[in-house]
Amino acid sequence: MIALKEEKEMAMIEFKNVQKYYDKFHALNNINLKVDKGEVVVVVGPSGSGKSTLIRTINGLEDFTEGQLLVNGYDLADKKTDLNQIRKDVGMVFQHFNLYDNKTVLENIMLAPKLVLKRDPKENEEMAMRLLKTVGVADKAGSYPRQLSGGQKQRVAIARSLAMKPKALLFDEPTSALDPEMIDDVLNVMKKIAKEGMTMVVVTHEMGFAREVADRVIFIDNGQILEDEKADIFFKAPKEKRAQQFLSKIIKH
Amino acid sequence: MINVFTQHWQELLVGFGNTLLCSVIALFFSLIIGSTFAIFEVLPYKLLHIIGRIYIEVFRNIPLLVIGMFFYIVVPQFIVTLDGFTAGTIGLTLYTSSFIAETVRAGIQAVDDGQMEGARANGLTFMQAMWHIILPQAFRYVIPPLGNQFINLVKNSSVLAFVAGFDLMYQGDTIASTTFDTFNTYIVVGILYLIITLPLSYYMRYLEKKLA
Repeated sequence: MIALKEEKEMAMIEFKNVQKYYDKFHALNNINLKVDKGEVVVVVGPSGSGKSTLIRTINGLEDFTEGQLLVNGYDLADKKTDLNQIRKDVGMVFQHFNLYDNKTVLENIMLAPKLVLKRDPKENEEMAMRLLKTVGVADKAGSYPRQLSGGQKQRVAIARSLAMKPKALLFDEPTSALDPEMIDDVLNVMKKIAKEGMTMVVVTHEMGFAREVADRVIFIDNGQILEDEKADIFFKAPKEKRAQQFLSKIIKH
Repeated sequence: MINVFTQHWQELLVGFGNTLLCSVIALFFSLIIGSTFAIFEVLPYKLLHIIGRIYIEVFRNIPLLVIGMFFYIVVPQFIVTLDGFTAGTIGLTLYTSSFIAETVRAGIQAVDDGQMEGARANGLTFMQAMWHIILPQAFRYVIPPLGNQFINLVKNSSVLAFVAGFDLMYQGDTIASTTFDTFNTYIVVGILYLIITLPLSYYMRYLEKKLA
């Protein structure tokens, strides 16, 4: 395991022939996908296509039936792998934020570094405040999640993930539950993080974001990766018919 | 009424003290035991699940008096001598904890799944997420029913009277049977119970408002 981690050219995330069944339903169909360090990969596809399942297997929120998945050198197929080790280094931002409702904004950000990383309290608070400034919600440090707008909640959720100093971040439809006027605030924060070199896997319908930030776009349907292309090529001329249809539908709006 | 109090205040005070002590001990331990079994029931381990279920169904569905008598009469015969107070308090704790387990479990399940998911994805262990995120929210939901359990617990502590636990009810019975002034005695005993339960009831309501 340690030898794997120290290997230099190792991919951050690597799916090898991953299969997942829910009973008879084939949720992930022979997934092969590599995400290198510093890469931004956007996953698109119709609803129910397996995008969320795909991204949620990366930090072990979903398991899989067959195949191999290496994340930051850890083998997720191995039952002995400590998922917390992976989650320490791979943050996740959810569609519905999942902020801790019983904690203030500042406490939301400081909790995991305190409990998991045992970060010094003073350093922890300084870092949390710095992150809140970065995402533009510093004035809400003492508020509870229920007192924030959706856009603010999502930016706090991003700050909470960043506080763990992750090596990669997963975004599961981060703007899908937001009012339109809030979306740009969140996307701008995500762009900033991407430009700083974070490895990111983003499930989203925001094609503008994908075009601007993504190194690669993955198109997935029926649990299968149908396209894995550089972003500009994907948007100019998607090869797959289903991807073409999908794009034409989504870009019309 | 005043007479009962002035002539028997020492016995009544002993009874009041024992009822209060029994209630506090039983409340503390039934909360811990109940919450533990509530967590058993939401864990993904089948064995713990079954153990939790059996515990809750057994103690919830047997009359408190039977449980109290078991610890007062049966346990001392075979295992260890217990005085009435201890036997009654243990019985009351086990009985109440089964109800608290059910209440807390419902509270845990009322907390949105996203809270646990967010915490786990953030790197917290299951128990850390439970302790820092899920339980505080669960308890907020269940303060009203929990308040009822606490008040029932205080009243149910009168089971000590049957196992010579020298609680308020026991002392009241003794006074009533020696003085034959049943009317005034039981009124005084009732008032003394109210002195415990009313503030408790108001405190729970205050908590409910404060945390809502």
